[in-house]
Amino acid sequence: MSQLDHECRCLELSEEDKYALLAEIIEEYEKKESNLIQILHMAQTIFGFLSFEVQKFIAEQMELPISKVSGVVTFYSYFSTKPKGKYTVKVCLGTACYVRGGKKILEKLKENLGIDVGETTKDLKFSLEVMRCLGACGLSPVISINGKIYKRVNANKIQQILKTY
Amino acid sequence: MINLTINGKNISAEEGTTILEAAKQNNILIPSLCYLEDVHKIGSCRVCVVEQEGAKNLQASCITAVSEGMVIHTNTDRVRKARKVLYELMLSDHPNDCLKCLRNQNCEFQKLGEMIQVDESRFEGAKSKDYIDETSPSIVRDNSKCILCKRCVTICNEVQGVGILNPQFRGFSTEVSPGSELPLGSAACTYCGQCTTVCPVGALQEKDSTKTVWEALLDPNKTVIVQTAPAIRIALGEEFGYEAGTIVTGKMVSALKEMNFDYVFDTNFTADLTIMEEGTEFLGRLLSYLHSQKVIDAGQLKSLGFEPSDSAPVLPMITSCSPGWIKYIEHYYPEETPHLSSCKSPHMMLGALCKSYFAEKLRMDPKNIFVVSIMPCTAKKYEITRPEMVNNGVPNVDAVLTTRELAKMIKNAGIDFASLTDGVMDNPLGLSSGAADIFGAPGGVMEAALRTVYEIITGRELPFEKLHVTPIQGLERIKTAELTVEDAKEEWKFLNGVTVKVATTSGLKGASILVEEIRKGESPYHFIEVMGCPGGCISGGGQPRPTNDEIRKKRIAAIYAEDEGKVLRKSHENPDIVSLYEAYLEKPLGHRSHELLHTHYTKRKKI
Repeated sequence: MSQLDHECRCLELSEEDKYALLAEIIEEYEKKESNLIQILHMAQTIFGFLSFEVQKFIAEQMELPISKVSGVVTFYSYFSTKPKGKYTVKVCLGTACYVRGGKKILEKLKENLGIDVGETTKDLKFSLEVMRCLGACGLSPVISINGKIYKRVNANKIQQILKTY
Repeated sequence: MINLTINGKNISAEEGTTILEAAKQNNILIPSLCYLEDVHKIGSCRVCVVEQEGAKNLQASCITAVSEGMVIHTNTDRVRKARKVLYELMLSDHPNDCLKCLRNQNCEFQKLGEMIQVDESRFEGAKSKDYIDETSPSIVRDNSKCILCKRCVTICNEVQGVGILNPQFRGFSTEVSPGSELPLGSAACTYCGQCTTVCPVGALQEKDSTKTVWEALLDPNKTVIVQTAPAIRIALGEEFGYEAGTIVTGKMVSALKEMNFDYVFDTNFTADLTIMEEGTEFLGRLLSYLHSQKVIDAGQLKSLGFEPSDSAPVLPMITSCSPGWIKYIEHYYPEETPHLSSCKSPHMMLGALCKSYFAEKLRMDPKNIFVVSIMPCTAKKYEITRPEMVNNGVPNVDAVLTTRELAKMIKNAGIDFASLTDGVMDNPLGLSSGAADIFGAPGGVMEAALRTVYEIITGRELPFEKLHVTPIQGLERIKTAELTVEDAKEEWKFLNGVTVKVATTSGLKGASILVEEIRKGESPYHFIEVMGCPGGCISGGGQPRPTNDEIRKKRIAAIYAEDEGKVLRKSHENPDIVSLYEAYLEKPLGHRSHELLHTHYTKRKKI
């Protein structure tokens, strides 16, 4: 499990090693159906997203129908079945950020990146998501990129921010 | 007993009874939709809500148990409004193209509408799904019609234990499917079609073959042969308003002749043939086993007509008539397929004979013969597409119609079913014994086999009253019996004292239990009958809706009545079977049999 602690280096693993690691995790969770969500979390951490191939692997290992695994994956918005970009841009649409222009920022991001919410740019660099309140309303409107918070953003600043990545 | 009041009527019901059931027992009808007696109670549609005095919210009566002193109202203003809104909301996400839906006039959602009387559409808006999945040769999924009652999910997961259908996505986007990116044709679905028998609307149906059959019937260059399975004649009547369990064999034959089929043959004929082939195959496996145990020598084996084999005999042998079961074992237990009998299912055998033996008789090119099978089954539609089911370059069977589809075609042809006189099946593939009839009932194939095998060995009739092996009959999941050979004929005398153990099961959950035993090397049986659908062919995926245990029992009783009404009760006594062997096949498991009547299996994956 050490590989999953703190800094995840999963993305540097070979495909083969990723599947071996996932198999190990499934064993650790005793292939119990009640642990499926935990296993899916780990799998998404390892692979970045839950492709149909990964779902199939989990279903086979846990002796579950693929429709059950896929049912859970598609139920929760946290799980993604498509690859995520290197950087995830999240726009806060909590009340404070919303009234101070969150919506406009989101529109500008869509325009700049050429993608919709939940999508990823073709070069796999950026994914765009929205979030609800971060608890930083004093800094509103905020966006975050891979966890780094940008405060008092406005539509004009977007291009500049994206350029630094 | 629990005492309660429903609509001012004092009633009592057993503890654990739901409000809906208690009301029904007292002739109070609460409208419901997703609820399915004995099978599915999850309260998802809420149509069955009732008002309980003292409770804040309306209660879904299909999942709320009765309690002492409960006061229930099923028809208050609040209940009526809630029910109507619920119905309108479901309707707002439904295509409402009833006139061109195959379930028109036979749809539970439509029937409910008649009861609720909605005369406006207040909630027009986006539709959640419009996806039609036609990738399976057996079943069509039209998600636009799905009302998310999840009966199919329960049947597929809880009853059959397969788990192909499950809810995907959430909220407005929720759909029931084999996986978010998996069409049914690519899933490890057995095509048993039990989901199509419980779907209240047109979301899950058999793939239509009526158009293909009409085309063949109207083609002057085609000789069209039809055959009917044992379980059709006892269920078809239900589609024409007859009581479940009414035997309509004669009317069915007349209807088929009026529809201009050139020959009406009986799958029962090849059910008798199956017993000859499968019974002999079983004896062969049993003798090889005894040979491997050095109970008998190679000379004895040869004198009984069997060749000693190098490979270890595979016991228990399992029946192979049910194509849903075959697909199940191929996907889920591919290593155990050697246990399957190599016999094709009876209708495939009949198709193969029509295009060889019978074609020769008619001096006709088999390419001009079109064979239609009327089956209680959706998996049979898939079975005819298997590459193994081809001889001399032509498929054994060209189209499969379910019981429901046949009824539609009869109505479509303008035939007044009730007024038909009794017709008889054509020769030479139309005569059958009672042993063939019981193929349609759970435990029937085994009983038919025992009737013949026991008599071959001992020269006497099977020692059961009316030849019925009652312990292996009925709806229970797994049934077993033992039969000890005594006083065998001279050439079989080494079998004296040998106890043959058999088991029968219907439904894939029972099948998986028996195969798990085999996998672990713990199976005590020599011969196992498996039917893919719970209740066997009488409640197959292609049978009339609805099917519940009460109806199953009536259909089974009709099957046994048909059996007992026949002079011939044993497959080996069928004179046309005897002459088929004399004139064409030579002997069971002979060269021609191997070519035409036997098959092999494919190892498949679970996903």
